[in-house]
Amino acid sequence: MKPKVAIFDFGCCEGCQLQLVNLEEALLDLVGLVDVRQWREAMSEHADDYEIALVEGSITRESEIPRLEAIRRQAKVLVALGACAHTGGINAMKNHMPMERALDIVYGDKAGWFDTIPARPLSAYVPVDAAVPGCPVDRQELVEVVKALLMGVAPVLPTYPVCVECKMAENICVFDLGLTCMGPVTRAGCRARCPSNGNRCLGCRGLVPEPNANAHKEVLAEHGRTVEDILAEYRMFVSSAEVAQ
Amino acid sequence: MTSFDVNVHYVTRVEGHGNIRVRVRDGQLEECRWEIPEAPRFFEAMIRGRAYHEAPPITSRICGICSIGHTLASIQGIENAIGFVPSEQTLLLRTLLKHGETVQSHILHACYLAAPDLVGAPSVVPLATSHREVVLRAVRLHRLANEWCDLIGGRTTHPIRAVVGGWTRLPTVEELRGLRQRISEALPDVEATVELFRALPFPAFERETEYLALRKPDEYAWYGGDIASTDGDVTPLPQYRSKVKEFIVPHSTAKRARGNRNSYAVGALARVNVNYDMLRPLAREAAEALGIRPVTCNPYLNTAAQVVEVAHVMEDSLDVIDRLLERGLREEGYAVQARPGTGVGGVEVPRGTLYHEYTVDAEGRITDANLIIPTGQNHQNIEDDLRALVPTLEGKSEEEITLAMEMLVRAYDPCISCSTHLLEVEFV
Repeated sequence: MKPKVAIFDFGCCEGCQLQLVNLEEALLDLVGLVDVRQWREAMSEHADDYEIALVEGSITRESEIPRLEAIRRQAKVLVALGACAHTGGINAMKNHMPMERALDIVYGDKAGWFDTIPARPLSAYVPVDAAVPGCPVDRQELVEVVKALLMGVAPVLPTYPVCVECKMAENICVFDLGLTCMGPVTRAGCRARCPSNGNRCLGCRGLVPEPNANAHKEVLAEHGRTVEDILAEYRMFVSSAEVAQ
Repeated sequence: MTSFDVNVHYVTRVEGHGNIRVRVRDGQLEECRWEIPEAPRFFEAMIRGRAYHEAPPITSRICGICSIGHTLASIQGIENAIGFVPSEQTLLLRTLLKHGETVQSHILHACYLAAPDLVGAPSVVPLATSHREVVLRAVRLHRLANEWCDLIGGRTTHPIRAVVGGWTRLPTVEELRGLRQRISEALPDVEATVELFRALPFPAFERETEYLALRKPDEYAWYGGDIASTDGDVTPLPQYRSKVKEFIVPHSTAKRARGNRNSYAVGALARVNVNYDMLRPLAREAAEALGIRPVTCNPYLNTAAQVVEVAHVMEDSLDVIDRLLERGLREEGYAVQARPGTGVGGVEVPRGTLYHEYTVDAEGRITDANLIIPTGQNHQNIEDDLRALVPTLEGKSEEEITLAMEMLVRAYDPCISCSTHLLEVEFV
């Protein structure tokens, strides 16, 4: 019997679900291996007897918490798909300012009409069995994680920083180009995609386990960055709890 | 007509979720609302205090489907604010990247999401068996578009190489030649797609409205230009606030906008209506085959207009690549000298005109941002269309009423996510 899969989203840009669509012909193969029970992005068919839930987006409103809990109760395996679900992602940038201020800037005197809470990853509310990091998720890694799940194996994520992959790609160090980079503290697995395209790592995959943040801060400071600059770098993608550390 | 309610509970989003509430009693339309309960995400607030060069990668995350459009609108807004004028090479490459996104997004919507309605299928999944060749053709075009964006932008979703000032990395001449050949070889697939949509039955429904799109004197505008209206008026981009009047309603976290009338529309149909005379020959043929000429007021034909635009940007890209190859690629870097100021960016993204306005201070920090999203501009027009559509559904079955409303909202391609399963209709 084919595993029953469902795909859900909360507050996000839906770019991670799009990477499923972007698997192109491989998606057609994948759809042959699993029974997709609901996927609002792509289908009108709908059933609630799924076993594996791929969940994108972060929780940004009270009303979303019971919905996530219901998904958790049904799913045998719940996978956080992408940075927003995994770490809170870019949505969590708003957590660094008072919510009333954010509401005021965007909605002005109509702010009272809208409800919002600090953006949190799924794991702040329910146990998460596996995660596909990144903003957006890397298509190759996504396929690897899905394959592992279909074989009943826990997917394994790299526990070393992006710098390792960046060195293997033979890139010039981003710091030597005069830019700041989150590579030294960010979990690898993206094949250092941004530095390999001439840009810097923004830390979208979240921190590597036990990051050497102090050494990173020293490197940033050596390149003339202030404490506020360094915090700003972290606040883009690293969860607010981790920034506090 | 009997009485019925349309009550959608939490189904989809527009750049998130959209609900429809319609209440008809004894044939009288008592309520008609297009609601956006999308989780508010506060980008305009989050961007404040950030360095100007961070605006594009942050605002790219507003939308996974048109992240290239957001990146480019953000770059343009910032560059106008800090007084930087990009090179011709940079602009040509931005256009080429933009065109790749247009193909990716339009094929996704027209072939994967809208076409199943037109052949009576619940999704593209069963079509993969019943209409395999048609689906594989769409996948081929979609794959080409994504690989095209990967090649130019470094990544198709949240591009890496396009930055304020220029490009962090250029494609090679060989890569551009290869891309040109692939686009050229894919033109028969585009022609077959036009044929496919020509044969599909689009619902007949018209409502006159205002259409807005960017316009340039010498080309079909995608990146910058003036704001042109089918009502005849033209507004320079920096004065966009005088044309695009934003307002807020309590049943929607997405802001709305109006122009001369109660509502206006943006997107593929608006662009074809405004810029019909600028279409390239292949696209002009497609427009004729699909029955679109200015001003076409059937919102269902927005999907057909997307197919016309796929033809246009594929043909235009051949010319853009030729111009790049003729000039020869040069490493220009992306260093800028920033001055404080305010600037507006306007880009035609798949769903319509996208505005990004920024104010940057002497330290290079963003002090203010105003972003106006295409789907937000369409919300009031969608609601007004629904209001006009309901009375025309007199005597239809429950399924037909549901489908007609679903298809109408879907035709605007409000977002990939709200394009399917939009309505749950309760008939009383």
